[in-house]
Amino acid sequence: MTGAGTRTPLAARIGWAAGGVLVPVLLWEGYKFAGPDDGVSLAGIPLLPRTTDLAMPHVWTMLGRLAEPATSAAGAPPLWAAVLEAAAFTLGIAALGWLLGVLVGTGLAMVMQRFRSAGSALLPWIILSQTVPLIAIAPLVRRWGSQLEIGSFAWENWMSVAVIASYLAFFPVAVGALRGFASPQASHVDLMHSYSVGWWRSFLFLRLPASIPFLLPALRLAAANAVIGAVVAEVSIGLKGGIGRMIVEYAAAAGGDPGKPWAPIFGAVLLGLAAVAATSVLGLFLNRYRRGEQTA
Amino acid sequence: MSTGFSTGRGTVTALEAASMTVAPGEFVSLIGPSGCGKSTLLRLIADLDEPSSGTISVFGRTARQARKEQAYGIAFQQAGLLPWRTVRANIELPLQLHGTAAKARRDRADELLAMIGLTEFAESFPDQLSGGMQQRVAIARSLAESPRLLLMDEPFGALDEMTRERMQNELVRICAETGAAVVFVTHSIPEAVFLSDRVFVMSARPGRIKAVLSMRLGAAGERGENLREDTAFYAAITAVRESLHGADAPALRGVETR
Repeated sequence: MTGAGTRTPLAARIGWAAGGVLVPVLLWEGYKFAGPDDGVSLAGIPLLPRTTDLAMPHVWTMLGRLAEPATSAAGAPPLWAAVLEAAAFTLGIAALGWLLGVLVGTGLAMVMQRFRSAGSALLPWIILSQTVPLIAIAPLVRRWGSQLEIGSFAWENWMSVAVIASYLAFFPVAVGALRGFASPQASHVDLMHSYSVGWWRSFLFLRLPASIPFLLPALRLAAANAVIGAVVAEVSIGLKGGIGRMIVEYAAAAGGDPGKPWAPIFGAVLLGLAAVAATSVLGLFLNRYRRGEQTA
Repeated sequence: MSTGFSTGRGTVTALEAASMTVAPGEFVSLIGPSGCGKSTLLRLIADLDEPSSGTISVFGRTARQARKEQAYGIAFQQAGLLPWRTVRANIELPLQLHGTAAKARRDRADELLAMIGLTEFAESFPDQLSGGMQQRVAIARSLAESPRLLLMDEPFGALDEMTRERMQNELVRICAETGAAVVFVTHSIPEAVFLSDRVFVMSARPGRIKAVLSMRLGAAGERGENLREDTAFYAAITAVRESLHGADAPALRGVETR
């Protein structure tokens, strides 16, 4: 991602990545081995968790569980397949929410860039919007959506989830794009003015390309936000089939099957990584917009 | 014509009773201390700022009309190339913005690239070029639509002395080839003397044109390296310097000629 990262030798990079996975595993197993069964409490306040197989299953128990069937029912798919299917379902919804959020965020930033007064009127609301808890808006979105019915089109629960994901995703895009659109140097703006081109053309030729270095990290942040939004909204809305719902369902099974609840958590992590990786690939296509001009 | 700008404590007059006429094909320099309003004057001609009183006429039209009709090309102190565009695409920018066909754009860019001697850098990006090369590209861009008037705001101000002199030689040649009139802002006396047909000397606070000096140091085509060593060149530099410092600075003059 960074310039320094590309200069490190490949072997070193693989080593660091492996270490990043290995260290938490060692910490987990080390504490499980050395820690007391009842955990560590100070004056009745629990500080460290219990180390029983129920509370902290071995890493190999979690991984081994992935290969076993998801349920005891006959013909059930292996757990990893069920998790991947749920993750793909959530990823689809999150991607839609991301796209919506990017469109809305960019649109808001454009309006704020074009009309200074709109900027000062909108920006406080945009910031305020992120202080409303997700749990509060989820039922609202669902209720408003269910009243929508145009011809054969009927609002479905997955649409509510996508809308909530976009609600989290639009914020970094709006802020990042606004900064990006304002980033061209004064001499570039003067130049466009001297060519007497209107706002729209100078937006297309100057402000939009100049905003890419600001937009890319915003898009990555939006992807992570969209995934979190989708997972949480699935739980609040009660949508079946996704990873969020699976986390809640499998948590109930923890008593008899301690490895099982960890599977959808791994799935959620994978989901976030996939979403961020996808936006990084987007950045590869936009490399020419990330060049800095060398000042003489 | 005069202009000012408002600050918290009232209006500051940036430029007062400035009056100048530039003939077609003439090279005119504005020289003066920092803050004398030479850049402001240029921005007024370019219609990037508006005068608070007075008129500017560019080829018999108002500055606004002239800007709308793209009567001038402009170059700033910073090359101001778009970093995501290749050298060629940067030169083509004004043509593309004004809807010139791709083929015509390409041909014009080839012409200009040859003129500034950067043909082999056509597909490079600005950050791969030296400061002097970037400035040459900026000048080519300002010439893209063959303007009859070229406005330049200290375009060589950020360059080192050697590059600067080479760029001056090239500018003289380019102006001779294109026949464009130039209004050139600078704070370098030798630069103004070397390039100009006439030098407008300005004073600061309020900015006003103090003197107009004719140079006539030979036709553009004959001006070259040897001019810089000519006694006429030194005499002209002294004249501009005296005019800048005013008649009331004989002591300073004595020091400098010793």
